Amino acid sequence: MADATATLRKTALNGTHRIHKAKMVDFGGWDMPVEYSGLIAEHMAVRTGVGVFDVSHMGDIQLRGPGSLAAVNQLCMNDASKLAIGQAHYSAMLYPNGTFVDDVVVHKLSDNDYLIVINAGTREKDVQWVRSQIGHMSGVHVNDFSDYYTQLAIQGPKAAETLQKLTSTDLSTIKNYWFTWGTVCGLHNVMIARTGYTGEDGFEIYVPSDEATSARVWAEVLEAGAEFGIVPCGLGARNTLRLEAAMALYGHEISDTINVFEANLGRYAKLEKDSFVGKAALAEIQAGGGPKRKLIGLEMVDRGIARDGYPVATLDGTKVGEVTSGSPAPFLKKNIAMAYVPVELAVVDSELAVEIRGQLVKARVTALPFYKKPKKLV
Amino acid sequence: MSYPTEYKYTKEHEWIQVDGAVGAVGITDYAQNSLGDIVFVELPKVGDVLEAGKIFGSVESVKAVSDLFCPVSGTVTAVNDALVNAPETINSDANTTWILKLELADAGQVGGLLSAADYEAFIAEETGH
Repeated sequence: MADATATLRKTALNGTHRIHKAKMVDFGGWDMPVEYSGLIAEHMAVRTGVGVFDVSHMGDIQLRGPGSLAAVNQLCMNDASKLAIGQAHYSAMLYPNGTFVDDVVVHKLSDNDYLIVINAGTREKDVQWVRSQIGHMSGVHVNDFSDYYTQLAIQGPKAAETLQKLTSTDLSTIKNYWFTWGTVCGLHNVMIARTGYTGEDGFEIYVPSDEATSARVWAEVLEAGAEFGIVPCGLGARNTLRLEAAMALYGHEISDTINVFEANLGRYAKLEKDSFVGKAALAEIQAGGGPKRKLIGLEMVDRGIARDGYPVATLDGTKVGEVTSGSPAPFLKKNIAMAYVPVELAVVDSELAVEIRGQLVKARVTALPFYKKPKKLV
Repeated sequence: MSYPTEYKYTKEHEWIQVDGAVGAVGITDYAQNSLGDIVFVELPKVGDVLEAGKIFGSVESVKAVSDLFCPVSGTVTAVNDALVNAPETINSDANTTWILKLELADAGQVGGLLSAADYEAFIAEETGH
């Protein structure tokens, strides 16, 4: 029988995931683990201990050369001139109408060198977009390094202690959304970033993408985290973790039909910059009184689970919007969702309904994020 | 994964254990494993008249919702209320965790269902192993 996964793309850890009996799914054309020991157990490990994710399907675009800062600042809405070397920030590439090509994390490697980490499902589109937008700019060279790295996300309150065993770099000196290069598992010049997509403390490391190295580092991370109960985590837990933290997912909360202000991401759009793709449209939306609809958080009041695409209605049944992401929240132990509704209905503590398979189920509008990691006193 | 040979199965991954005129219905080990952590079971009511092949409820994991299909026609005589607060019981023991019991309208329908061996062959085909 033909292998149904033959046409899917695989990360260097595909064999490792299969040996460990992960449940595999087609995620945007990638054969990826959706869960190992169980989604809830994996989710809880990240909130209370540590978990490790293979996120090598994410893409990495390098912009290099004396014109790289100008290129990044034209392509992305945040202001990369504010970044120090070794610092990263959340940003997005926009279409001229102010909607999303993709959300990204921009890393400043040096004055002439930026690394933009992009989503897996939008990799080809993003690379083409970058090339098309800066083709006419001088002093900048675009490299698609997506296949060069195995990217591992080590996430959770015990992530630092776990990774610290594998590196001589003092991880306590790396602040949130900063990065450095260090020796990890004996590999030199590994990029170590204090970033992630779980709402928890954690690191993402970028190691060479050959299978042997990738499998060895994966195994060493699991061994280092064993005393903290580390578990390998799949995309299922990654999704519920980011949903609790109200982080956007392309194709759900952000897309080419949703603009920056609707998605509550205006704080990352630096309209004071001279120019960037999408700026004029955003300025116009702002001048026109802001967006007409807004992303809200919903917490189910009555029994029922809101799912992606379910209609959102007023209590009398008038359809007013749609759920973009909805799921049980394993740590919060509530059924939560994000949805777009007209701004006048985006009122925290007011009640709306989600239409769940033909029935209106009551939900409360809640402030986002649903989950914030506890802040230590010292 | 195991499939008791005394049960009958559907291609929608339910099992039925027939005892005289009454059948107990649950979902298979394969189904619970594919769904992952089950967090919600929507149950019918005692007295509901169900039709073979029609939806009688749903089971939700963290990831997704799946409909439950009735293997045979009949009238619900009992529902497993314990699943309201402990739906994860299905994950830990799918083969003995019944969801509902029904009085069969036509015992002859049972013969049209899959045997354990047929069901296993069906899954093997579905999953390509």
